[in-house]
Amino acid sequence: MSAAWEVVIGLEIHTQLATKSKIFSGASTAYGAEPNTQACLVDLGYPGVLPVLNGEVVRMACKFGLAVNATIAPRSIFARKNYFYPDLPKGYQISQYELPIVEHGELFITDDDGNDKRIGITRAHLEEDAGKSVHEVYDRYSGIDLNRAGTPLLEIVSEPDLRSAKEAVAYMRKIHTIVRYLGISDGNMQEGSFRCDANVSVRPRGEDAFGTRTEIKNLNSFRFVERAINFEVQRQIDVLEDGGAVVQETRLYDSARDETRPMRSKEEANDYRYFPDPDLLPVEISKEFIDGVRGTLPELPDEKRQRFVAEYGIRQDDAAILTVSRALADYFEEAAAAAEAPAQAVANWVIGDLSGALNREGLEIESSRIAAKDLAGLVDRIHDDTISGKIAKEVFEAMWAGEGDADAVIEARGLRQITDSSAIEAIVDKVIAANPGQAEEYRAGKEKLIGFFVGQVMKETGGKANPGQVNEILKTRLK
Amino acid sequence: MSSAEFHTQTLMQLAKGLESGDFTAVELVEALLRRIEAHDKALNAFITVTADAALQAAERADAGRRKGETGVLNGLPIVHKDIFCTRGVLTTCGSRMLENFVSPYDATVVERLADAGAVMLGKTNMDEFAMGSSNETSYFGPVRNPWDLECSPGGSSGGSAASVAARIVPAATGTDTGGSIRQPAALTGTTGIKPTYGRVSRFGMIAFASSLDQAGVITRTAEDAALLLGVMAGFDERDSTSIDHPVPDYVAGLGRSLEGLRVGIVRQHFDAGLDTATGKAVREALSVLEAQGASLTEVDLPNLDLSVPTYYVVAPAECSSNLSRFDGVRFGHRAADPEDLLDLYCRSRGEGFGAEVKRRILTGTYVLSAGYYDAYYLKAQQVRQLIADDFRKAFAEVDVIAGPTAPAPAFRLGDKTDDPITMYLNDIYTIGANLAGLPGMSIPCGFASELPVGLHLVGPHFGEERLLNTAHQYQLQTDWHTRCPEGYV
Repeated sequence: MSAAWEVVIGLEIHTQLATKSKIFSGASTAYGAEPNTQACLVDLGYPGVLPVLNGEVVRMACKFGLAVNATIAPRSIFARKNYFYPDLPKGYQISQYELPIVEHGELFITDDDGNDKRIGITRAHLEEDAGKSVHEVYDRYSGIDLNRAGTPLLEIVSEPDLRSAKEAVAYMRKIHTIVRYLGISDGNMQEGSFRCDANVSVRPRGEDAFGTRTEIKNLNSFRFVERAINFEVQRQIDVLEDGGAVVQETRLYDSARDETRPMRSKEEANDYRYFPDPDLLPVEISKEFIDGVRGTLPELPDEKRQRFVAEYGIRQDDAAILTVSRALADYFEEAAAAAEAPAQAVANWVIGDLSGALNREGLEIESSRIAAKDLAGLVDRIHDDTISGKIAKEVFEAMWAGEGDADAVIEARGLRQITDSSAIEAIVDKVIAANPGQAEEYRAGKEKLIGFFVGQVMKETGGKANPGQVNEILKTRLK
Repeated sequence: MSSAEFHTQTLMQLAKGLESGDFTAVELVEALLRRIEAHDKALNAFITVTADAALQAAERADAGRRKGETGVLNGLPIVHKDIFCTRGVLTTCGSRMLENFVSPYDATVVERLADAGAVMLGKTNMDEFAMGSSNETSYFGPVRNPWDLECSPGGSSGGSAASVAARIVPAATGTDTGGSIRQPAALTGTTGIKPTYGRVSRFGMIAFASSLDQAGVITRTAEDAALLLGVMAGFDERDSTSIDHPVPDYVAGLGRSLEGLRVGIVRQHFDAGLDTATGKAVREALSVLEAQGASLTEVDLPNLDLSVPTYYVVAPAECSSNLSRFDGVRFGHRAADPEDLLDLYCRSRGEGFGAEVKRRILTGTYVLSAGYYDAYYLKAQQVRQLIADDFRKAFAEVDVIAGPTAPAPAFRLGDKTDDPITMYLNDIYTIGANLAGLPGMSIPCGFASELPVGLHLVGPHFGEERLLNTAHQYQLQTDWHTRCPEGYV
C-alpha cells in the first residue's frame, strides 16, 4: 500500500451475552433450536406485552467495563431504535443511545512495529438482538426465525484508532479473548455470538481530517475482517487516486470473491427516531454494586501474560499464545505445576504437539485427550532422560490414542532409553566394525560422518539409545 | 329480589345478595345477558359478548360458594374494555387491525379480577386504540349515550361507560391516557377512577402511550370502585413501571369524615371555555363538600394551559412506536396478496388503521424525527415536568383538587368529527393528571341541559384512598349517582 495514504479504522463489535434467558423475557437463548420455538409473547411483540430487564446483563456489562478500564454509568437509559423489518417484531429495537452503560474504555494491542498501542473504546451498550431472516431456503419467500429475537447483545464501539487491517484483527482478537475470559460471551463466530462491523476510511498521510468512511457489515471471522479491510482500503485508494470520491455507504464482504459490495441502498435511509423507552426504568448502578462485580473479575489476559513471564520464566511470545484463552492458560499452569521439568519445556509441548493434535481434530483444550498432569508426566520423562525427545513424540501419539499415561506407554512399548554405557559401547563397536570404510574416512578428517554413525547406532537400538551418550562414545571410539 | 331488579343493584348490593343466597350467580348473569340482548343494539356498547363462558364461570362461582370458597368478587359480573387481552377471546382494541385477533393470554387486570371470582360478560366498544374522546373512531361503529342516543358517551372507554350507565352491568374496566375513563364517566353520569401511574399493571393492556396509560374502573358508586380497585391494584413483576407500594383497604377508608379536607379550586378552570350550566353544577358540588367540613382554596396551576399541546406531542410519539408492531407479519390484519414487503406493510397498515390512528402515528413520527426531536418531544417532556411541579406545589397546600371533568355535557355524535383539535380540547381538565401520573376520579354532580355533569377530583400520588373517600362521602349526601336514564330503569 502506498505510503502516501493513512488508513483509519473503527470497529463495532456485537457480542452475544451468555445469559440463559433473553434480555427482556424469560425465553431461552440456547442455540440451535427448531425455528420459532424459543420466542415467547414478549419476544414476538404481541399486543400488550412489556419488557422486563434480565439483571445478569447489567452485571456482565459492568464486568466488561471494568476489564477495559472504562467508566460505568451510574445511570443509563434504554432507548427505542425505530425501524420496520420482519425480523424485528416490535418495529423497534430496544437499545441504548444517549446514555450507554459503559464509556471511555481502552485496551492495548501490539502494533505492526511490535510496540504496545492503546486503542480507545468509545462506549459499550446493551441491546436486544433481532431475529434471523432466511432468504435462500424458500422459493420467492423469506423465512423469519424469531428464536434470536431478544437475545442480549453488548455492542462495543472502538475509537477510530486502528491504522491497519492487522491492528484491527489484533483488537478484535483482544476483545474476543476478554469477553471469553470474563465468561460473558462464548465468542462463537460460527453461531453468530460475535460479529464485527468495520468502519474504514483513508486520508492523505499528515492530514488531520477524516476521509469519508464506509461501513462493512457482519464480518464473522478474523480472516474475513483482515481481507475485507484490505480490499476496501485499496478500493478507496484507487477511487481517490482516480480523482473520484468515496461514497458513504454500507457494504458487505463477499468472501468467495474477496471483495466488498454496496448493500441494497434502501437500508440507508433510516431515521431511527430514538427516544427513551417508557416501558423500562433507568438502570441505576451504585458504587457498591461495581465493587461487588470487581471482586468477581478473573485475572485478565494481560495480567496473566505478564505473570507467566515473571513466574514461569517463559518467553513473551509463548506467554501470549498460552493466555489467549483462560482454559488453555489453566491447562498450562496445571501441567507446569505437576511437572519437575522447567515450565518452558511444558510450554513448548502445549504450544507444539498438543495444540497440533487439538487442531487436527478440531477440538478445544477442554476436550484434550491428554490431561494436564499426564502431559507433565511425559515432559518429565524427557527431562529425566528416560526417553529422548524424538521417542517422546511416539509416546505422545500413543497417549493421545488412549494407550495410557507416559509410563504405561513406555513400559508397554519398551521405549525406555538405553543409557547403559557398556551396552552402548558394545553397539558402537559393532557398528564401527561393520563400516570400516567410513571409519577410515572419519579418522582421515571427514567429521561430518559422525551423523552417519549416530544414525546406524540408532537403527541398531530402535532409536532408544541416548543420543548424547551415543555421540560421546562414538567420538571416543573413532579416535 | 326478582331477577327484574338485578340491574338496579350496585356491586356491593349484589355481593350481599349472593352471599346470603338470595339468588345465584347464574341467575344474575342470565338476567344481565338478557339485558344486553334487549339494549345493546341501540347502544352498541359491546364488541363481544361471552355468554357461554360467563355462564360457566357463574356456575363455577356458585359451586365454589356452596363449598365455602368465596373470592372477594365471587360471581360478580363485569365487562372489560376491549383493550385488555383476554385469553381465547377476541381482543380488537376497537380496530380493524385486530378484528380477528384472539389473544393467547390474559392481561394482569383480567387475571386478578377473574381470580377474585368476577364473571366477565363481554368486551366493550372503544375508540380505536384508545385514541378518541367520543367513541366515534371505533371500527365497530360509535357507542351511543343512554341519556340521549343521538349523543356520544365520551371516549375512549365509551362502551364501558355506556354499559354501566344503562345498568347493563354494574361495573366495567377502562383505561385512561388523557381522560378516557373520567370524561366518559362524566358524560354518562357514572363514577370513574384512574389510579396513580404504576398503581395497576399495564401488562396485557394494549399500549397507546406507555408513560400515560393506566387501567381503572367505571362503576355507579365510589364504594364499588373501591372494591374493584383493591383487587386490581398492586405490584406486577411483568410490568417494569409497576410500583411496589402496599395496597390499602380502599373500602375500609371510605368512611372517614371530610372535616378538615382541603380542596383546591383551579382558578384557570372556571374560565370562558366552560359551559355555564356545567360550571353551576360543579360549584354546587363544591358547596356540598364545604357543608361536609371541607375548606375551599384557590390554587394556581400556571402551566396547565400547556397540557393539551404537551399531551398531543408525547402521546402520539409513544403511540407511533407502540403501533409499529401491527405490521401484518405475525398477527392482526394482513392485506391480501402482497407483492413485496413494502406493499405488505403499507396496505396492511393502511387498511387496518382508521383516520385518527393514522393522524396520531404521523404526528408522533414527525415529533420524533431527526431535526424535530429537540423542539417537540424533548421540549414536551420538559414542560411535562413543569406541569408535574405545579401539582406538587399545589398539593403542599391542598389534599384534593376539584373542578369540572369536561367543559360541556355530552355532544351530538358527528358534531366534532370534522375538527380533531376541538375534539382534543375535550380533555382539557383531565390531561394534567395523566401527564403528572396522578390519580383522578369523576363522579356525577348534576345535570346541564338534561345531560350528566361530572365533578373531577385529582389527588397526589397514591391519593386514591382520599379520592374514593371524598367521592363516597359526597355520594352519601347526594343522589346524582343514583339517577338512571329513561328506558333503562
